[in-house]
Amino acid sequence: MIRRLVRSRAGGVALLAALALGATQTFAAARTSETVLGNGMRVIVKEDNRAPVVVSMVWYQAGSMDEVNGRTGVAHVLEHMMFKGTKNVPNGQFNKLVAAAGGRDNAFTNRDYTAYFQQVQKSELPLMFRLEADRMANLNLTDEEFAKEIKVVMEERRLRTDDKARALLYEQLLATTYSAHPYRTPVIGWMNDLENMKAEDARQWYQNWYAPNNAILVVVGDVRAQDVFKLAEQYFGPIKARPLPARKPQDEPVQRGERRLTVKAPAELPHLVMAYHVPKIHDVERDWEPYALDVLDAILDGHEGARLTRSLVRDSRVATSAASSYDSVARGPTMFLLEGTPAEGKTVQDLEAALRKEMRNVAENGVSEEELARVKAQVIAGEVFQRDSMFYQAMQIGSLETAGLPHRSLDVQIEKLKAVTAAQVQEVAQKYFRDDALTVAVLDPQPLDGARRVSQVKGVRHAE
Amino acid sequence: MPSSIPRCAAWALALVFVLVARQAVALPTIETWTTPGGARVYFVENHELPIIDVSVDFSAGSSFDKRDKSGVAALTQHMLRFGADGLTEAEISNRIADVGAQLTGRFDLDRGGLGVRTLASAREQDAAIDVLAKMLQSPSFPADAVAREKARHVAGLKEADTKPETIAAKAFYASLYGDHPYAMPTSGTPETVSGITREDLLAFYRAHYNAHRAVVAIMGDVTREQADALARRLTDGLPQTPEEGSPLPGVTPLDKASEKRIAHPATQSHILIGAPGVRRADPDYFALFVGNYVLGGGGFVSRFTEEVRSKRGLAYSVYSTFYPLRFEGPFQIGLQTKKEQSAEALDVVRVTLKEFIAKGPTEQELRAAKQNIVGGFPLRMDSNKKIHDYLALIGYYDLPLDYLNEFPRNVQRVTVEDVRRAFAKHVNPDALATVVVGAPETRTSAAPQ
Repeated sequence: MIRRLVRSRAGGVALLAALALGATQTFAAARTSETVLGNGMRVIVKEDNRAPVVVSMVWYQAGSMDEVNGRTGVAHVLEHMMFKGTKNVPNGQFNKLVAAAGGRDNAFTNRDYTAYFQQVQKSELPLMFRLEADRMANLNLTDEEFAKEIKVVMEERRLRTDDKARALLYEQLLATTYSAHPYRTPVIGWMNDLENMKAEDARQWYQNWYAPNNAILVVVGDVRAQDVFKLAEQYFGPIKARPLPARKPQDEPVQRGERRLTVKAPAELPHLVMAYHVPKIHDVERDWEPYALDVLDAILDGHEGARLTRSLVRDSRVATSAASSYDSVARGPTMFLLEGTPAEGKTVQDLEAALRKEMRNVAENGVSEEELARVKAQVIAGEVFQRDSMFYQAMQIGSLETAGLPHRSLDVQIEKLKAVTAAQVQEVAQKYFRDDALTVAVLDPQPLDGARRVSQVKGVRHAE
Repeated sequence: MPSSIPRCAAWALALVFVLVARQAVALPTIETWTTPGGARVYFVENHELPIIDVSVDFSAGSSFDKRDKSGVAALTQHMLRFGADGLTEAEISNRIADVGAQLTGRFDLDRGGLGVRTLASAREQDAAIDVLAKMLQSPSFPADAVAREKARHVAGLKEADTKPETIAAKAFYASLYGDHPYAMPTSGTPETVSGITREDLLAFYRAHYNAHRAVVAIMGDVTREQADALARRLTDGLPQTPEEGSPLPGVTPLDKASEKRIAHPATQSHILIGAPGVRRADPDYFALFVGNYVLGGGGFVSRFTEEVRSKRGLAYSVYSTFYPLRFEGPFQIGLQTKKEQSAEALDVVRVTLKEFIAKGPTEQELRAAKQNIVGGFPLRMDSNKKIHDYLALIGYYDLPLDYLNEFPRNVQRVTVEDVRRAFAKHVNPDALATVVVGAPETRTSAAPQ
C-alpha cells in the first residue's frame, strides 16, 4: 500500500517514511474528526491550517483483491472509466472543471482499495464534492469510451510491467507465493484478461462496489470539520446505500515447503527476491509481532548504514544493493521481503547465502540497544516530518481505514513501536524466517539482441 | 470542446476566475544576505513545524564534466557522504540516523549539492548540521570507498543502458546538444566512470565546491540570527578557489531535423522529440510555460493527451515540457506506444505540434491554462519542502526575490500572441530531433533521414 508507494524511492529515506506510516498521530489524532452519513459513508477530516489549500480523497474499499478470475484488472480499468463522464458532466469535463478551479487530480488503484483525489484551494472544496458525488452515482460508461480506454490501460501494462524486468519478477513472485489468496493476481490485470474485458465487466464492478456505504471521504487541509461534514451531507448524503456483495476471506493455506522461480527478461544484472509469509497487524493493542517485524525491517535497511548495506554492499561486497521491506497494514496477508543485486563476479547464490547469514545473525545474536534506539529516533522524527505533507497525511488515514484499522490507532502503533525490545526482534527473526514459508524469485537477465546467454543463475535450485 | 461545457459549469468557470484573481495568498517573506566567505543565503523563517530544511548547492552539475571524464561531477557529489573530517561512512550515516535526520542531495545538469532535513530541537539540529558541515567542507574521498562506489555506479549504468527510457534519453540529449556539455549523460558512461580516479574527484571538489559560489537555502524553525550562524557553519570552511577561467559555451540551436531509430526488444517504442528550448532567465519563459500547459504540460487537459490518449488510446503517458536551465534546457515531447502503432502516434504528435506552433492556443484554452496555474498557485507553496525548493531555485538562478509574488501576475499577463511569438522563436518544428527506441522497422512519411 502506501509503503510500497514510498518504497519506490531510494533506500534509507524510503524506510524512514515507511516507519512514519505508523507515526503521525500523537499530535495529529487530536485534530481529526469523524462522522458517518445516514447512507453509511464515513467522513474523516484533519485540520491543517498552514496553507489555504485542501486535499480531498474518496476511498472505495474495492481493489484488485475483490476481483474474480477472468476479470483481473477491472478495479483499475473502472478507475480510468470514472473520468469518462456522467449524465451531468460530459466526458472530458471532469478534468477540465478541476483544472479550471486550479486543482490537481488523479486516482490510484491498489490491491485493497481504489482512491480518487483532488488538491485545490479551500474555496473550491464544494465543487470537488459535487463532482465526486456525481460520479459515485451517475457514471455513464459507454462501449465507445471503454473501447478506447482499455487500449490505454494495455499501454500502461506494457509500460509498467511487460517491458520492466523487475516488475515481471515481482508479478511472478506474487503469483507463486500466493496460491489461493487474490493477492496472487497483478493490480493492473493479466494482459489476456484486459484483451477480453468488456464494458459490461466495468459496469458490473461499478454497480457492485461504488456505493456510499463502501466509501470513505478523507479531507485534510485548511478547513473546519463541521463545515466539511455539512458539505459532505449536502453532496454525498442523498446517494442511496446499497447492499454490497459478500466478501470471501480466501485465506492462503499454510505454505509447506520452499518455492523457487526464475524469470528471464532483458536486463544486465540478475536480481534476487526472498519472500517470507509473516503476520500483519490484526489487533493494534494486543499484537506485538508486527511491530517487532517493523523494527527488524528498519534495523536491516532503515538508513544508509543499516545492516544490509553495511554488511553486503560495503563490507563483503557481495551486492551492489540490498534491501528489506515489510507492510504491517493490509486487508490481506503480508510478507517480509529481502532482496538485492549481486556485485560483479558474485552470483545470486552468493547473495542468497549472505542474506540468509544476516538473518541467522539476528536470530542467534539479536540486535543492539544502539540500533534499537536509532530506529526509535527515526520513528519520532518521521512522525514530525510527515506533518509537512497534507497529501501524505490523507494517504495514511485512507490506507489504514481501508485495511480495516482505525486511523486513530496510529498513536497506539507509535507507542507499540517505541516499546519493542531487542528480545522481541530476535524472537520474530527466529520464528518467521524458515525455508518452508519462503519463496525465492530470481531474475535471469537476457541480452537485448535476443541472443542466448549462458544462464547467470545456473544451479540456483541447489543454493544453501 | 468548450461549447460542450454545460451552462452551469461555464458559469462556475467564470466565477472561479474572478475568485482566483482576487484571492490573496500569504506569501513567505524571503530574506537574503551574503556571508563573509561569499556564500549567498536565502531564508524563510517559519515556526509552524519544528523542522529545518537546509541545503547548499554549487555550480557542480554534470555540465562541468570533461567529455573523457564524464561522471566525475556526479561521483564527487555522491562521495561526499562516504567519509569526512575523520568520520567514517558508517559514523556519518549513524550520526544522521541517530537524530532521525534525513540527508538530501541535488544533482542535475547545472547544480550539485547536499542538504539535510532535521528536527529543530537543539541536540538533533546540532548533530545533523555538524555532519553536513563536515561532508561539505572536509570530504575525504577514501580510496577504498571510491573504488567500491565506482564499481556500483558502473553496474548501475550498465543496467540502465538496457532500459529503453535510458537509451532514448541518452540519444535525445546527444542529438540536441552535440558538442555542448549538456549532451553528456548526467552520471557518465560505464567507460568514463571506470577511468575516474580519486584525484579527479578531489580536483573537481576543489574547483567547484566553492564558498563564493555556494547557495544556501534555509527554511523553517530558526531565527534569522540562527540561520546566519548556520549558513556560516556550513560554508566558512569551503575551498576559496578562484573563479574558473573558461565558462561553459553557449548552446547552438539545431538547424535541421534529425531522426534516430534504435532497436530494442521491448513491446513499446519510447519516443522523444524536441530541441534546445529556453534559459531560466529568458523573459519568454512564462509565455512558453503557459503555452506548453495547453500543448502538453496540463496533464489530462492538454492537447497531446486529448489527441494521443483520449481520442485514440495510443499511449498511457504523453507530455511536453520545457526544462529551463542556465543555458537552453530541452523542450521535450515524450510518449510510449505499442511498437506496431509507433508511426501513427508519431504522426499525431507532429500534426498536433505543427498546428499549435502555427496558430497558438485559443483564447479559451489560454484562459483555462491561466485559471489552473494561477488558481493552483497556493499548491506550489503548501509545505516547507516546496518553499525550500523554491529558495534553492531562486538563489541558484539569481531570480528576483519577488519571483513568487510576481508568478501569478507573470502568468496572467501572457497573451495568445505572446505564446505564438515565443513558440515561433524557441521551437522550430522543422528542426526537431526525434528518437525512437524500439521500432526500427517502421518509418513515417514525414520522417527525414
